[in-house]
Amino acid sequence: MAGPVLSVRNLDVRFWTPDGKVHAVKNVSFDVNEGDVLGVVGESGSGKSQLFLAAVGLLAGNGRSTGGVSYRAQELIGAPENILNDIRGAKITMIFQDPLTSLTPHMRIGDQIIESLQTHKKMNRDEAAARAIATLELVRIPEAKRRMRQYPHELSGGMRQRVMIAMATACGPDLLIADEPTTALDVTVQAQILEIMRDLKKELNTSVVLISHDMGVIASMCDRVLVMRHGEFVEQGAADDIFYRPQHPYTRMLLEAMPRIDRPERPGRVALKPLPPESPILLDVEDIKVHFPIRVGGTILPKYKPLRAVDGVSFTLKQGETLGVVGESGCGKSTLARAVLKLLPQTAGTVVWRGRDLKEAAKRELRQLRKEFQIVFQDPLASLDPRMKIGESIAEPLRSLEPGIPRNNVNERVAAIMEKVGLDPNWINRYPHEFSGGQNQRVGVARAMILQPKLIVCDEAVSALDVSIQAQIVDLILSLQAEFGMSLIFISHDLSVVRQVSHRVMVLYLGRVVELASREAIYSDARHPYTKALISAVMVPDPQAERVKTRRLLTGELPSPLDTRSALMFLKSKRIDDPDAEQYVPRLLEVADGHFVAEHDPI
Amino acid sequence: MARLITHPDAQLMETAQAVKGRSLLTDARRRLFRNKAAVAGMIILAIVTLMAIFAQFLSPYAFRDQDYNFISCAPPWWPGDVRCRAGGAHWFGTDSVGRDLFVRTLYGAQISLEVGIFATLVSLTIGVLYGATAGFIGGRVDAVMMRTVDILYSLPFIFMVIILMVIFNQNFVLLFVAIGAVSWLTMARIVRGQTLSAKQKEFVEAARAAGVGSFGIITRHIIPNVVGPVIAYVTLTIPGVILAESFLSFLGLGIREPYTSWGVLISEGAQQIETAPWALIFPGSFMTLTLFCFNFIGDGLRDALDPKDR
Repeated sequence: MAGPVLSVRNLDVRFWTPDGKVHAVKNVSFDVNEGDVLGVVGESGSGKSQLFLAAVGLLAGNGRSTGGVSYRAQELIGAPENILNDIRGAKITMIFQDPLTSLTPHMRIGDQIIESLQTHKKMNRDEAAARAIATLELVRIPEAKRRMRQYPHELSGGMRQRVMIAMATACGPDLLIADEPTTALDVTVQAQILEIMRDLKKELNTSVVLISHDMGVIASMCDRVLVMRHGEFVEQGAADDIFYRPQHPYTRMLLEAMPRIDRPERPGRVALKPLPPESPILLDVEDIKVHFPIRVGGTILPKYKPLRAVDGVSFTLKQGETLGVVGESGCGKSTLARAVLKLLPQTAGTVVWRGRDLKEAAKRELRQLRKEFQIVFQDPLASLDPRMKIGESIAEPLRSLEPGIPRNNVNERVAAIMEKVGLDPNWINRYPHEFSGGQNQRVGVARAMILQPKLIVCDEAVSALDVSIQAQIVDLILSLQAEFGMSLIFISHDLSVVRQVSHRVMVLYLGRVVELASREAIYSDARHPYTKALISAVMVPDPQAERVKTRRLLTGELPSPLDTRSALMFLKSKRIDDPDAEQYVPRLLEVADGHFVAEHDPI
Repeated sequence: MARLITHPDAQLMETAQAVKGRSLLTDARRRLFRNKAAVAGMIILAIVTLMAIFAQFLSPYAFRDQDYNFISCAPPWWPGDVRCRAGGAHWFGTDSVGRDLFVRTLYGAQISLEVGIFATLVSLTIGVLYGATAGFIGGRVDAVMMRTVDILYSLPFIFMVIILMVIFNQNFVLLFVAIGAVSWLTMARIVRGQTLSAKQKEFVEAARAAGVGSFGIITRHIIPNVVGPVIAYVTLTIPGVILAESFLSFLGLGIREPYTSWGVLISEGAQQIETAPWALIFPGSFMTLTLFCFNFIGDGLRDALDPKDR
């Protein structure tokens, strides 16, 4: 059939909110052609999701859309609900960011797919069940037959997203709209999901609209790209044009701001200051363990099993050095940071801070030592007290750790540090909810910096921010480090950012170090299979490179940390097949100067 | 000076968002005053309170004076046929011993509002201390404290008050304490829940990392974040307490003659509902009106103090 699958003309979306009218999408027009993979990229609030919700008639109650949207000559705007329902879910299907909230929690996943098939394809139950199994196999769900009888909460995030894709493709749609389908997933899982989507597209010849904030994901998937900002398209064109010859300054800014694993240092950005060779050791962590007792049953006498969140991690940190800690969700990176900062009790091991074993430090002494190490959190809004003015929040470490400083001195220092982090000192009387995420994160950095500590832990400090803001905060942290010379422990799941800011990188897998090396060595000469898989899963905003790249995909899921066998995922030869047994602990071998790799089976 | 990449538009966006900021409290006040039901509630409540306070100046009669000429007489303006019609300033008529009902209704308001406010204060004090302690310490202490609350919950409320009133005689002050002492249970649960959730917020961890001690965390971070729901709940407790007092007085366990409260007046009025309906209607409508006001104010405050509900 000729002609576009979806044609949007002069679509305009407005919302009525108590704070006034919001013009979310401003008069946009575009087509989605047969077999297209169209990428829509933009930062949060650009209207990219609302555009497509409006197109299929799923706007929230306070929104209204005008203009024309036609699916194969069927006008969708203003169409009666029953026609829309026939098209949605059968011809046009959607995948959302959070697969847990998009699946009905009380229905088995098989029944959910079957229901959709029965409604739209008028199949009987047996046909539908057979088709459902076939689709689940298509999205590479192992043991599809058994999974059909499971509930959404029994599946991991990656599995759920596969179920969503299976559901979206079961009826053989013409158009699949994927709204940030991999944003909530780990990089290795993201690579798997995108791979599946790519194959499905080839097999079913469905048109795909991929909405994402991630230029890397867009580069690896799309032929055509729309760049959206403030409800308008600032630029559109073939992927290669957008990525290699961007015209609009906003597109250029997005591409520049995006951290790139293949180019850690780029002109115009603050560079990491090399570490002076004679830096003294600040922090020495030896075999630290943090185990949480998890109740696993027993009605009257509870039975506990240790969850080995951090299981024997050792490292040192020199003055002025940045140690990047990477790993996927559940690898224990945040727990490690909190144990080092004594915000969580450690189960075993020692933390030596400038020659002083923190275990021996009394409560009072520890409080004094807190002056020297601070933390910046992931969620800038949640880590600030909503009922405290930001001036008070920034001054809090000063007040509690250096009591007795006169008030005007406190104010002076708050003003000075606010200027340093790029905040107007006149804003001290404002509340966090008046600020954007980036500004709140600057407040978080100011609070950590006000005592000029020797160590700052950044726990996913830039992960929740838009790329342009993320770039600003990363540059801020790097320039503050160049000026004050503090050490950093930079925790992130984003390998590209870690590469940009760290002298050395430590890769964690289920609470253990699998590889520790300099920033160069870990990326150019990764030895451990897990590190290799992580690096190859990263998407680079370079469509040509992405097209030829062969990925080393990890198969399967991140296994349960309660099962002691999981930790030996890469050393199966020494594994004892008993989930509760004490397992062999892989040693860290020094393969080159300062490059440590955990023992693993040969690849 | 730190060098930042500042994309002009990114900066523009940020400042544009920052300009229209408002502080939490002014925001809450603005939202509260925009809520018409809550504003009307506050105005009516203020009028009732002022009338109760200045009752003695509003009527030529005193609340214990009997006028033997007018026993159970209707107000002078009462429509229809009645056995007797009171003269003069008996706007609400008289009761079965010839006392002016207008002034008694206002005196009743005085007592009822006092009971409502003081008993709520008692319940607030116990409830907040108890709930905040349980929530903040957590673990076993929390389990034991909250199970105690559960057990107390399961005892019949009125039964407890009756026992207290019998043991300690029908003391006026004791009435406040007795009602407050049984109505703190819900308050304790609410405060404990709020404390638990506030304690797990990231900003509390941030404060610990900043070296703030337990006392500082409770006073500077937890209490301010718990206050909102608690204030809202307080305004909903007051009507509950007024009702409880009315009920006790209705049973004859509350206020004693010649003092009166809405509950006493309603109880007396109910006995002569066929012969003298005004003796029930006026105190009854005053109480209903006041309860409505408190409920509207409470709803308004709850909505106003919730920043998500903009």
